[in-house]
Formats: sequence, C-alpha cells, structure tokens
Amino acid sequence: MNGVNDFAFKIGTVNGTGSASANGLLMRSIFRMGIPVSGKNLFPSNIQGLPTWYEIRVNGDGHLGRAPELDMVVALNPATYAKDVAAVREGGYLLYDSSWPLPKQLEREGITVLGVPFGKLCVEAFEGDRERTLLRNIAYTGSLAALLGIDMQVVDELLNETFGKKPKLLDANHKAIRLGYDAAVELLECPLPFRLERMDATSDSILIDGNTAAALGAVYAGATVGAWYPITPSTSLMEAFTGFCQKYRVDPETNERKFAILQAEDELAAAGITIGAGWAGARAFTNTSGPGISLMQEFLGLAYYADIPAVFFNIQRCGPSTGMPTRTQQPDILSMAYASHGDTKHPILFPADPGEAFEMAVQAFDLADRLQTPIFVASDLDIGMNDWMVKKLEWDDSYTPDRGKVLTAEDLEKLARFSRYRDVDGDGIAARTLPGVGGKGAYFVRGSGHDMHADYTEDSAAYCELVDRLRRKFAHAITLVPEPMVIKQEGAEIGLITLGGCDAAVREAQDLLRQQGILADVMRIRAFPFQDEVKEFIESHESVYVIEQNRDAQLRSLLMIELGVPRESMTPILDYGGLPLTARVVVEAVAGAPAGVPA
Amino acid sequence: MTSIAKPIATHPRLKTNSLGLTIRDYEGGMSTLCAGCGHDSVTAAIVQAAWELALPPHRAAKMSGIGCSSKTTAYFMKQSHGFNSVHGRMPSVASGAAAANRGLNVIGISGDGDSLSIGLGQLTHAIRRNTNMLYVIENNGVYGLTKGQFSASADIGSKLKKGETNEQPPIDPVLLALSVGATFVGRSFSGDKQQLVPILKAAISHRGLALVDVISPCVTFNNHEGSTKSYQYTRDHDVAAVEADYIPVCDPIEITGLGAQSSNGHADSLRVVQLHDGGTVRLRSTSPDYDPTDRASAHQHISACQRRGEIATGLLFVDSGSRSLHDVLRTSSTPLVDLRHEDLCPGSAALDSLMKRFR
Repeated sequence: MNGVNDFAFKIGTVNGTGSASANGLLMRSIFRMGIPVSGKNLFPSNIQGLPTWYEIRVNGDGHLGRAPELDMVVALNPATYAKDVAAVREGGYLLYDSSWPLPKQLEREGITVLGVPFGKLCVEAFEGDRERTLLRNIAYTGSLAALLGIDMQVVDELLNETFGKKPKLLDANHKAIRLGYDAAVELLECPLPFRLERMDATSDSILIDGNTAAALGAVYAGATVGAWYPITPSTSLMEAFTGFCQKYRVDPETNERKFAILQAEDELAAAGITIGAGWAGARAFTNTSGPGISLMQEFLGLAYYADIPAVFFNIQRCGPSTGMPTRTQQPDILSMAYASHGDTKHPILFPADPGEAFEMAVQAFDLADRLQTPIFVASDLDIGMNDWMVKKLEWDDSYTPDRGKVLTAEDLEKLARFSRYRDVDGDGIAARTLPGVGGKGAYFVRGSGHDMHADYTEDSAAYCELVDRLRRKFAHAITLVPEPMVIKQEGAEIGLITLGGCDAAVREAQDLLRQQGILADVMRIRAFPFQDEVKEFIESHESVYVIEQNRDAQLRSLLMIELGVPRESMTPILDYGGLPLTARVVVEAVAGAPAGVPA
Repeated sequence: MTSIAKPIATHPRLKTNSLGLTIRDYEGGMSTLCAGCGHDSVTAAIVQAAWELALPPHRAAKMSGIGCSSKTTAYFMKQSHGFNSVHGRMPSVASGAAAANRGLNVIGISGDGDSLSIGLGQLTHAIRRNTNMLYVIENNGVYGLTKGQFSASADIGSKLKKGETNEQPPIDPVLLALSVGATFVGRSFSGDKQQLVPILKAAISHRGLALVDVISPCVTFNNHEGSTKSYQYTRDHDVAAVEADYIPVCDPIEITGLGAQSSNGHADSLRVVQLHDGGTVRLRSTSPDYDPTDRASAHQHISACQRRGEIATGLLFVDSGSRSLHDVLRTSSTPLVDLRHEDLCPGSAALDSLMKRFR
C-alpha cells in the first residue's frame, strides 16, 4: 500500500451528524475520477450519538475487499480517539480537528498527526448548531480532497447534482468544501505521499448496495407481492422495492398499482403472506435477517412440504439472538439449509456482491416457481448496505419468467384426474394449479400428511412416497442452481473454498499468496445444494481451506454432511467479529499455519 | 386414517342456483368431526349461503389454520382450492392470497384456539388490514383436538368436563374486533341456521374483512352442565340483538322504512345498508337505542348484554363505506396474478437509464 491509487483511510465520527452524506461524497468523487474504490460503513445500532466509522479503500488493481490496513484515520469523535489512533498503520497519518489543542490520546510515535480546525472554521462561517455540525463533515471532505488529490471539479459537480434544487444548501456546501480545502492547502503539505490520480477503470461500473440491487432484481423478475417486517439490515431492500415500484409500476392514468407491499405485524405474518401469495400464483417475497429467519421456521416447513414457491432474502447479521444488528456475518447457513422441524432442505443462493444480488434475485424467483419451494437469497449486511463498485446492471429483454409447471384450464381438460403431488416427469416436481382455474383443478393444501392427490393421509407408504419425492426434487435442484466460480492457478495444491461477500478478500488473498510463492485455487460456492464439482474440488487438492464468516464453520459442516467429505480434509478459516473480511486474515491463516490441521 | 369420500346421490329435482349448481355442488368431503359437532352445522350454513349467493366455486379460496374448526374447510365446496396452513397463521396466508388475486372470494375458517390465543396477533392485524375475506371463528371455548383444555374464549366460572373451573377472563372476538377497527362484525349460533345464513351471505359480500363469531358447541369436551359454550347454555342466553337479511343485487329491494313494527310487536329500527357488491343488508335492531352502523353504539350494546349474561347475536356492526386492503393499497383492478410480465418488468432501456443514478 501507500502509493498512488492504492491506499485506505477511515473516518471516525458520531452517528446522526450527517457524516454519511460526506463519506458518500468522498467515495463517489473517487469513483468519478475513474479509480476503483470501496466503502465500508461500520455503524452502530443506534440513531444518534454513538461512534460510527467509514472506511474507504482505493485500489487501482481493483481489489475492493475490506482494506487490510489503514494509511490514515480521520479522528473526529473524541470518544474513540484512543481506538482511532491505534488503527493507523506504522508510518501512517492521523487527521484531527485542531480547533482544540492536540489531546494526549492522539499522540503516537511513528505516525504523522495533521490538524485542521474544522469546528472553528465552521463556527466562524456558519450560523446555527445544526448547520455547523453538518457542514463540519463537508469541511473535512474538502481537506481530504486537498490531501488526497481529489479533483475539486468532480466534487463540485456531485454537489450540484445532489443539492441542485436547494440553492441555499448548495451554496453552504460549496462554501464548506472550499473552507476545508483551502485550510488544508494552507496548513498542511498537500497532497500526501499516497494520493489519487485519474484512471479510466470505472466507466462501465456503478456504485450500488446489494439491497437496492436485489430489490431491482425482484422488480425485473416480476415480483408483485412483497411482505416484510422491518429489521436491520434488510429494511432497505423493501424500501428500495417500494421506490422502484412507485417509479415503474404505477399506471399514470388510473394511479393503480401493479404491486402490493404489506408491512406485516411480525416476520411470521410476513412469511405467511408471502406463502399465501405464492400459492395464489404471484411472485412473492419477504426480506429479513437472522431473528426473522428464526421466526419463519414453521412456515418454511409448510412451504417445503406443501410445494409452495416463495423467495426469502436473508440479509445476514451477527447472531445469536439480537446479536449485533449492524455488524456483518454469515451465521445462518445451517439455519437456512435445514430450516424448520422435520426433514427439510432449502436451496440457497449466495451472491458475492450487489451485481450478483441483482442476478440471483431474478434466478431465485425462477427457481422458486420451477421447484415450487422456498428459495433463500443469502446476502449479508456488508453486501446489502454498503455501496460496492460493480459492473452496470444489464437486462436481457428476451427474458421470460420460468413459472414452472402450472396447469391451465385447457391442460386440465385433457386429464382424467388432477393429482397435485403426482411426479409425472420423474424430477420430483408435480404440476400445480392456481386458485381460480376451475374444473378439475381444485386441491387442498395442507401441512398435515397428504398423498399424491393432496388428500389427507396417515398411511406410511403414502407419506414416504411424498417425502421421497421431495428428496428427488431437491436432488433435481442441483442441476438448476448456479454453479461455483473457480479461479485456478497452474500447479496449485491448495484449495480455498468460500462463499458470498468473502469473495473479494479471498481473491485478493489468492494474489497475495502467489506473491509469497503459495499457489491456491479458489472456488466460490454460489448455491446450495452443492454440485459434484465441489466434492471433486475438495478431493483434488492436497489441502483445502474453507473461509467463511461465522464461528462454527457452518459451510464446512454443510459440505461434510451433504457431500460426505471428511472433516479433516477441510481447514476452516473463520472470521466472525462482525466486520467485512480482509485478505490479511486469509493470508495469515494459510501462510502462517500448517495446512490440514482441523480446528 | 385417510379422508372419507362422501357418497354422491343427488336428488334429481334438487333446485339449482343461477349458475345451474345444486346445493350438493357446494358440499365437500365427509366430516371427520364428532357426531353433533356445532362446526358441521356451520359448514352446512356456509354451503347454504354460498349456494344461495351462487358463488362460483372455483373463485373461492378456503383458508384455515389448525384445530377442529380448521379441518372444516375440507367439508364444503370441494370444487374450490383450499389451504389448511399452520396454527394461528391463517390470516396472513389469507392476506397473501387475497393480495395476489383480488378476484378470489377468500373464506377463512378458524376457531377460538386458533384465533384468540396463538393467532390473536394475526387476527387483529388482518382486521386492521381489512383483508377482503370472510373470517369465521367457530367458537367453543375449548381445544378439541388436544382433548379439552380451556381456550381464551372460555368464560370465568365455566367448568371443564373434569370439573376444573376457568378463572381467567375471556377474550370476546366481537368486542376485540370492534376495538381494532373491524368493518363487519357478526355473531351467531351454530344451532340457528336461520340467523347464520343471511349473516354469512352479507359477510361474503362485504368489501373488507367480515368477522363472524359463531358459538359452536363442542359435544365431546364442552357440552356439559357448567359450560357456558354448551348448546343448552347458548340457547338459554342467546339474544338476537340485530336481525339481518341480505338481499343480493339482482333481487328487488323492499325498503320498509325506519321504525317499522317487528315481528315481536316492539317498535324497532330498520336500517338498509348497501354493500359494495350492490347487494343490501336490512338490519333490524331489537333495541331502539342500538345502531348497528355505529361502532360505539355496537360496543356499548354488546357490553351491556354481556353484563346481563346475554349473548348478543346478529349482524352487530357494519361499516359499508370502509376501505379494504385493495382500496388502501390501490392495487390494480386486474388481479396481480393476471398481470403479464411485460406489465411488470421495466425493461433494459429503463435499467440503462436508471444506472446513471448509481454513477
């Protein structure tokens, strides 16, 4: 690190003071300069008054996982001074608000401390406490622009776009940004040794969070019913869905809406609404997080056993219990895979970034209809709520939704008898009818024992026939879910298996390990159930590491259970402190520890 | 035990409704409830009401939770889709189905255990949401399938078969519904088909959630002396507070005016309420100061009956001007399930243009 277009810095502020928009402005400016950038918002479960951080990483090579070390920390919250000064890498920089004398806590050998009196400048330039506080954030953005070489023209352009319709606010922001910029130029040596230089590496990309992208996927897939109960970090998914539906799905003449969004009384009801709508023939989904997944268990079993399509977006966060609602993890792998009592299994898709969240949202609806079962999209807080640089989302207009096996009135005419759960094709999927079809199509859904005609049964053979069909159906799902992504290196003996948001850090680790002479192949699992290819990957590598973000190596457990691979063949690398994974964790675990030792 | 197919032997001269269907066409599978169960009478009343209304069977969706009451959706309208979901959660599943397809007549059947304990939250929120559906509570004061524990509707002092006395206050679904904004509330007795059928017809025709609480005695676990949900007790304490008659849109409507003489000779008030489907309900209150179109008045009257140990029955409250789930959501008049993908997907050009927002 520490060069042109290769550095990372963190800003520590108090939440609820408007720093989020300042941080967004910084990140977007860098992006507009054509330089790959990522931002990680490390925020508290609180509305106002607690410490919050924003990490920005700039990397010309496109490594956008969380930065392994910080070249600079901007310490604007006295409550976290001690922690912030300790977070700077040796030889790095600390920028603080020098309106007051340098506090003892911020003194540290081996780093450079820079001061700009943001508070004082804003008190002199603006009226009112609220305005002064808000604009102090814009002022530090100005100083960072000077220190890092951010193109002020880009900053001005972004401010104009954001506040164009509010001239008073626009003027104040321009003034504050200049204030910070000029002060830095006057007081400090600008730019720093690590700084930005224009590139052309972002023109085909966007900055988007995974919840927005997933919501957009739901819109494009034709989802019409969304049911939910607010829970961090999944809330913004339904908010985004609402926004897009209002934009694209309201008839301009009649004002009629081609969607129904129901904020339920709890997650149980959200699941029930989703399943009821799915049964009735709508593409329906709910979005939730760990505690919601716990509450939805009974309904998930019903939908599994009764063959009802539904999509469940799980934006994972730290558990157990309430856990840490604003911290990221992948802690629900097992509770999704086997959700509910009785023998149950559910397909899961694991997007690695917002781009894939968009694609997999669409796939999830197709799979739900095709397989007539709940499909999980397992995102997490990092993917869901942080802005990621991904390729522009694209849509193929030739897409037609796969609604699976649904019999029409005409189809029913040709049948002597409609048997809802008869497996005609041998893939475990029986054709369904939708309420309203009439004729012979009526059937009775139940969570109690039922036979292939959907009639109640307590007969062993009829019961077994039905649950065995469900097993066949799950096996068939393997042929439909997305395949793993593999990045090979010639001669690699080590295999790194990972999933979801760990992807960027693991790919970076693969590069770093190569620089140390360690060659590794990477396999990113994109779905459950697992393909044979996964087993082959494990068996064909001398040592395999499974990298995931939970304490108990849940992915490894699932691989053991489902593929029958021995526990000893996979070494877990676990990172579960609640922050996005860094490549360093992986490199140290692989290069530092002898391979093949089970945890 | 598998379900029992009902023998089909139809009388050749059975009357047909406007769809050309006989009442047998509205029946379902053979009931597996105890002989004499009140629920079977409710089932018969639903069959009667649906046949009289000429409800297209394929347009109905029968929803239920878990319990004796919830089993009954299998015993009527075999030509309709049915959904026996999980305990206490029928209201959410019904809300989802109703939201997805506004063309369905959603008929939800629940019980006092299913709706007033495990499902109390879902019941109240389905009411608040004003989901377009009929919501019947077959209320017997006990858990039947688990063999006779008290439910939340059991009255203080009511005795179980084994002698145990209930000491906790009951939840009255009617008063509860009124207090959370229900737009149609009725109560009847499974043994009074004459009263129940018109209430059900009006309820099915109501736009929004129509709650009908039906005292439906459990012959096996709660029909003894000392029970306040027995046939005998209910007959002795049932006081018709409102006489209701539902007149479908196609029939001529006879308005007899307010203050007409009722059959019992007392001066009472007749109110004619127009429902959204064009049909009307004629409400004849048996008390001069009770207005079943006024929420506070209904609440007051029912509470007063309760204090006197009477069970007020009838179509107790109706707000025909209410806004249902679809009115509030402004959902398209074409059911969501019938919209084509091109009506829902904004397409590639819109996505390209949207991408500017994320630059």
